[in-house]
Amino acid sequence: MLEFKLLAMKKLNNYHPKSKVRVKNKNLIGGFNMEKEILIKIYQNIVLLRKLDEKLIELFTAGKLPGWIHPYVGQEAVVAGISPHVRKEDFFCATHRGRAFHVVKGTPLRSFVAELLGKKTGVNKGRAGEMHITNWEVYSTSSGIVGATFPMAVGFGLACKLEGGDRIVFCTFGDGASNRGTFHESLNMASVWKLPIVFICENNLYAQFTPSRLTTAVSDIAQRASAYNMPSKIVDGMDPIAVYEAVGEAVERARKREGPTLVECKTYRYHGHFYGDKWETYRSPEEVEAWKKRDPTVTFKERLLKEGVLTESLVKEIEGRIDSQIEDALKFAFESPEPSLEDIYEDL
Amino acid sequence: MAKKTIAYIDAIREALREEMARDPKVIIMGEDVGLGQGAFTVTKGLYQEFGKDRVIDTPISEESIIGACVGLAMAGFRPVAEIMFNPFMALVMDPLINHAACYRYVSGGQVKVPMVIRTLVCQGRGAGHDHAPFYASWFMHIPCLRVIVPSTPYDAKGLLKTAIRDDYPCIFYEHIDFYPRKPNLGEIPEEEYLIPFGEADIKREGSDVTVVAILTGVKASLSAAEKLEKEEGISVEVIDPRTLAPLDKQTILNSVKKTGRLVVVETDFKTAGVGAEIAAMVVEEALEYLDAPVKRVATKDIPISFTNEKYILPDEQAIVKAVKELVLK
Ligand SMILES: Cc1ncc(C[n+]2csc(CCOP(=O)(O)OP(=O)(O)O)c2C)c(N)n1
Ligand SMILES: [Mg+2]
Repeated sequence: MLEFKLLAMKKLNNYHPKSKVRVKNKNLIGGFNMEKEILIKIYQNIVLLRKLDEKLIELFTAGKLPGWIHPYVGQEAVVAGISPHVRKEDFFCATHRGRAFHVVKGTPLRSFVAELLGKKTGVNKGRAGEMHITNWEVYSTSSGIVGATFPMAVGFGLACKLEGGDRIVFCTFGDGASNRGTFHESLNMASVWKLPIVFICENNLYAQFTPSRLTTAVSDIAQRASAYNMPSKIVDGMDPIAVYEAVGEAVERARKREGPTLVECKTYRYHGHFYGDKWETYRSPEEVEAWKKRDPTVTFKERLLKEGVLTESLVKEIEGRIDSQIEDALKFAFESPEPSLEDIYEDL
Repeated sequence: MAKKTIAYIDAIREALREEMARDPKVIIMGEDVGLGQGAFTVTKGLYQEFGKDRVIDTPISEESIIGACVGLAMAGFRPVAEIMFNPFMALVMDPLINHAACYRYVSGGQVKVPMVIRTLVCQGRGAGHDHAPFYASWFMHIPCLRVIVPSTPYDAKGLLKTAIRDDYPCIFYEHIDFYPRKPNLGEIPEEEYLIPFGEADIKREGSDVTVVAILTGVKASLSAAEKLEKEEGISVEVIDPRTLAPLDKQTILNSVKKTGRLVVVETDFKTAGVGAEIAAMVVEEALEYLDAPVKRVATKDIPISFTNEKYILPDEQAIVKAVKELVLK
């Protein structure tokens, strides 16, 4: 099994955007064909998502977080890489592993954390929890039913198309979700109606406790797009720049009303499916360690330091700012009231 | 008020047309609804009038059709989907139950999911176990869904217009027996009208027994009532709730308090069916007024085959028998 996974990883090196043409432009920096602000935004999001999840795991372990937690730790480069492309008015479909998406989409940390703690001040009044957040001020939603957001994305895509303009839909999903009937129905619909949807697969090689190779007829989910006459791309999901570039092309296609695209990001979750599962039963510690060596909080930081985008002092400043934002949100959430008996009758 | 005569099927199309013309956010989606004019021609002409973007021909993808309606509705549209036969609703349960019904509440009021699913009850045509059954109690069971069962052209038009404007997901049942024009003509106002949900219609007044009936059960109950009046001198009150959720409990309770007897007539399966809910409600809230047990006239709990409908669907005879058992016991 380990051998198989390492092989998959070796294959990944082919997905690195090796020698993109570097444009000499004073707004662009180092070896990146990107603006400094965007690089820093991506880095900040990686740090934020990592620190947030680590804090949530700490709370969960201490019995202070109701419900479950599906850690995103390890996969941050995907959402961070997408983040610069997402506009406030764009629709965003997240997954059960999706807390991160809502924050990146613009949900304030305070009401976000309050929601996870089931508080009345939460973005959904403490009714949604980690898997079911909908923040319609920024058009992000999610579902606890794996694969349920594919058709919703089709509906959002139809809305974008009918409205005119260049609003688009981001639909993130796991490798396991691509085995749902809704995936196939909805990709077909999206393609035949040329809907402005960017489908982003986070292939972390497992669906709950089962390795995908035992359940999935293809090893590259992107292959499935061809059945729906949809362009697709495979990228290294541990490299936020690779994600940024591939998603950028897909976003451009969608905004220009050229149709949907599927981007598959090869990635990995370090923790169990939910925190506390016995992941040793279905994968090896060696495999986990091998993926951790490519951790974006380390590799991307080093790359940015080397290129002069980041400095040690900027790193410290960013980390400090994020720490205090999280502390502030936690304080707000813990001090917030729980929903009352009268509250349960609201919004009926 | 000026009136006109209209067939049931045309009343439905008129409601769709008027609402589409009034509100550009109203969208029709379904298999064969556009170019093909609808499997039973209900949507005939709408594709030509409103175009392919508003009358959308979909692939055979029931779950994703309804899931897409959820997305459209959240995005501010008012989709009206057609699910060709009622049992196909089994394919759309996830988007409907886990999403459409719940999202307003669990999002803390952030989104609304206004959508209508029109679906056909095709009983009595030998359509078989997966095309014929009528399933209404499935949806009465779910909080925040509307269940609409119009039995006349007047009710069909007024209730469909209300459903399209309502902010909750609505299941709108049409019965195949209502589609032929000649036997299904009725009067409606020339002017626009709406019928509010949760208002039962007393189709016939009576004093000895209350019959609560829906869809084809209404006509059968009315004709049973006439026979019972003539032959047995029994005075039957027939109530059509018109919407099962919300249910007009008060009209039913008032009637039972007057007659002391209740028969529920419907063509869903009997066990845990529509009749079970109405009977339980009456027993819970008006037991002391009941002079006899409650009777349920419904479809026998046997899968429908293409040959067995004549044995298992309830008919006028079954209603007469149930009433007699209660009144002449
Ligand atoms: C329809 C459905 N089936 C099963 C589950 C239970 N479940 C939750 S997440 C999950 C695995 C999903 O795998 P994948 O799509 O690859 O996402 P990942 O967890 O790897 O991020 C399962 C089986 C569910 N929530 N919904
Ligand atoms: Mg997975």
